Amino acid sequence: MENQSCVKILNEWDIVSARQLGRNVAKELGFGTVDQARITTAISELARNIFLYAGQGQICIEKMYKNGKVGLRIISLDKGPGINDLRQVMEDGYSTSGGLGAGLPGVKRLMDEFMIDSNPGDGTDIQATKWLR
Amino acid sequence: MTLNYIRSNRQAIFEEWVQRLKEQSDETVSNVILDQNFSTTSTELINLAILKISGSTEEYTTRLEDFSDKIVRLGWPLRFVVNTLDVFGDLVYEGMEKDGLVDSKNQVKVMHDINHWMKAMISEIINDYTSTWERTISNQKMALQELSAPLIPVFDGITVMPLVGTIDTDRAKQIMENLLQGAVKHRSEVVLIDITGVPVVDTMVAHHIIQAAGAVRLIGATCMIVGIRSEIAQTIVSLGIDLSRVITKNTLKSGVEAALEITNCKIVPLEVKK
Repeated sequence: MENQSCVKILNEWDIVSARQLGRNVAKELGFGTVDQARITTAISELARNIFLYAGQGQICIEKMYKNGKVGLRIISLDKGPGINDLRQVMEDGYSTSGGLGAGLPGVKRLMDEFMIDSNPGDGTDIQATKWLR
Repeated sequence: MTLNYIRSNRQAIFEEWVQRLKEQSDETVSNVILDQNFSTTSTELINLAILKISGSTEEYTTRLEDFSDKIVRLGWPLRFVVNTLDVFGDLVYEGMEKDGLVDSKNQVKVMHDINHWMKAMISEIINDYTSTWERTISNQKMALQELSAPLIPVFDGITVMPLVGTIDTDRAKQIMENLLQGAVKHRSEVVLIDITGVPVVDTMVAHHIIQAAGAVRLIGATCMIVGIRSEIAQTIVSLGIDLSRVITKNTLKSGVEAALEITNCKIVPLEVKK
């Protein structure tokens, strides 16, 4: 797809390149600095989750054009162990790795739309969209 | 026999070779060919091939090292170099065939010979090329590590750690170590961590900063986070990270002023006597 570009997440440095890609696309679409920071932070969280929990996966950045609106969608895909209790991971302060536990609920707050789909043993698919105002 | 053929037809082979590379090239390759270094470097490659076939190993090894250094520096893609050699081998064989040097009896032998030295040369070049890259990367890693987390004493009891660039797990560890060691060594009362140069503050970075601040508090000093840009402040709030237990300031300047206050110092302008 022309409007989509992806970065494979295999090690910690790939998180940086995913972030860079997101920042470039956000700039290109005309997002302001605050929204750029929001988008890159969200990518950073999602990419780090892939690296920490699934080991490998990919982050795709997609340009969205819908009903005259312009937006950016982050798609995070992995074939990792999946999430047992979705409600629990969306709660603030829940973490299995001793982190702050603000990652996924944080991403939801940083972006405008958020969708998560995960089955234990089957990987995780997260899509988060930010619209240009 | 092969050697003699290459030696005597060197110029012709070279021209044909460049021609053929141009024909089958994509964009990256044609950029390389347009490069003015191309002809000298490829002449070197032919010389190398001749040396390899004639079997003078010592000169060959040093020349090969120089050559790989050079192609890495010039930024030639490895794929291109290997392809170039392949084309060269094909040309030599075809040329010899045309000149009637190859007949049905020695055909297999000639082909085998060419293949033999080509294979050896390609694997040696790949080997040298990758080790040159590895050396470059490890040098850069070291350079990065040296830049990674300096702690600078600015006044009595006040030290600053300016952070620039991405913070990963390794670096976070180093920051913590340097921070604590330095704070003890310089007898710091206040340690300022300046994050103006950190592009993204996500939960992991925040987590490490909070931990570092907590550790500094344990050794009896005060930790301040300075250089929080407005967009970073907004994302931190959206993420729901609680930084209320750490003193934060907008700029390094206001951080230093606050630190001076804590250490009961003040900067006053000198009164100039007239």
